[in-house]
Amino acid sequence: MGTETEYGISVKNAREQDPVAASTLVVNAYKTCRGDVPSTATSVTWDYDQESPLMDARGFLAETETPISEADTSSAVNDILINGGRYYVDHAHPEYCTPECANARDLLLYEKAGELILEVSRLAAERLLLDNQEVIIYKNNTDYKGHSYGAHENYLMSRKVPFDTIVDGLMPFLVTRIIITGSGKVGAENGSEETDYQISQRADFFEKEVGLSTMVNRPLINTRDEPHADDKLYRRLHVIVGDSNMSEFSIYLKAGITSIALQLIEKGVVGKKFSLKDPVAAIKCISRDLSCKEEIELADGKQWAPIEVQRAYLKLAQEHLTPEERTPIVEDVLKKWQFVLDNLEVDPGRLSRYLDWIIKKKLLDAYRKRHGYQWDDAHVRMLDLQYHDIRPDKGLYIRLLKNGHVKRLLSHEEIVHAMHYPPVDTRAYFRGTCLRRFPKHIYSASWNSMIFIGKSGGLDKIMMDRPHFGTQKIVGELLNNCTAEELVKEIRGDASG
Amino acid sequence: MSTEKQQEHLNRHVDETEEIQPDVGNGEMDEEFVEDLDTLLDEIDEILEEDSQEFVENYIQRGGQ
Repeated sequence: MGTETEYGISVKNAREQDPVAASTLVVNAYKTCRGDVPSTATSVTWDYDQESPLMDARGFLAETETPISEADTSSAVNDILINGGRYYVDHAHPEYCTPECANARDLLLYEKAGELILEVSRLAAERLLLDNQEVIIYKNNTDYKGHSYGAHENYLMSRKVPFDTIVDGLMPFLVTRIIITGSGKVGAENGSEETDYQISQRADFFEKEVGLSTMVNRPLINTRDEPHADDKLYRRLHVIVGDSNMSEFSIYLKAGITSIALQLIEKGVVGKKFSLKDPVAAIKCISRDLSCKEEIELADGKQWAPIEVQRAYLKLAQEHLTPEERTPIVEDVLKKWQFVLDNLEVDPGRLSRYLDWIIKKKLLDAYRKRHGYQWDDAHVRMLDLQYHDIRPDKGLYIRLLKNGHVKRLLSHEEIVHAMHYPPVDTRAYFRGTCLRRFPKHIYSASWNSMIFIGKSGGLDKIMMDRPHFGTQKIVGELLNNCTAEELVKEIRGDASG
Repeated sequence: MSTEKQQEHLNRHVDETEEIQPDVGNGEMDEEFVEDLDTLLDEIDEILEEDSQEFVENYIQRGGQ
């Protein structure tokens, strides 16, 4: 699994806002401050041959979105990271993609490493600006004026599961999980019903149930089918309906419970049991109900509160996951899932150190009370925005974390480590370690390929179509004891033999 | 960090899960906590962007994905 986060960006005291230029400045600035990698490594390019973002999971090619033109891609800034992730400019936002992670805890770790990478680049970019100018970066999803940018999750699934089965089983889960994964937002957008405060940043932006687009007329379930792996075996489920989270607890649970829900769907135990009558309306309704108790209508006429729907998935997990599937992390996720649902049931206020939308709500309530501000006051919106500021001295979430007001799951030391080293148990290990060991010998890379520069200047492409291969266990010894030429020879030999 | 160390972190993390405790409900905040929150609000008053009105109005992004 992995996540892709688009960050909001603004330059204070700039004569004119140019988000593309600002994003490019920030992403490029990271190259100048990566002391650990020889500068030649930064010229490694992204191998676009492996990308087909317009392939649809239902088996046809895209018609609605125009493919990116050559001119666009040539100006795009791309950077593959030694932690196995990717950092580039997407549209008008800096975007960080985690490397492939095998469990929810690693996912959290590498997403948090991304926040540090952005902060390091932000500082480096500021040195290139006028003294009175500041680069401000937000890990949120909206400018409160109807423009949203995404926080996408990707999960590897078996190709054997028909896409309709995924839609049936996943829709009620995604719509109701916002009570755990929401980041909280002041006000409403995109023509949705007015409200003071709502659970999800993104809920207002979803207009249909299933589809391919990600930028307009957004669907709750995205049909992009681009596995970046052997497409006969795998699909990559692209989840676009989530919020950008600051809280470690929220990120960890989001990845953990969604993986479990998908495992249940693969096992065929969910079916259409929880299908909702109107998922698009339901997600907006749930987002506006801060008690999490208002019932929504299921397709069969039953009325369930979102907590009940989540409990039903948890129960299926407890019944159907095998002892081997219940790894220590999965066990821990199940326990925290139950903890969160139990406490939401009693009073969501009890989770004011755990879940973003509740942490933020408590802060906003106390702040409004002190100053007597109404919900629509600019100060209140400013506080909402600044909760997501990635600067340690200005970001309100980070201040809460430092003062011990929110639950920590990671140490700072391990987050810094994850900026520079890949996870050990996915193919990201191979990608990240090759970039660290052989920067001068790598011509380009993508999620499932690496192109090495041979001795005579020829290019050797290594495909990595199995995300579970290329791990430290499998290639660690080889990688750390050979030259780039020997490595390519060894792999080529394996492939032909 | 070595693999062993990562594993150690992982194990420790999993052992620590007993720690999760709900917070007291909003209605029954203890005094220490209220003081803490007050300090935090003082901090927010200091660090919140000046000219909130202008800042929030000018924060405009291009839609992304």
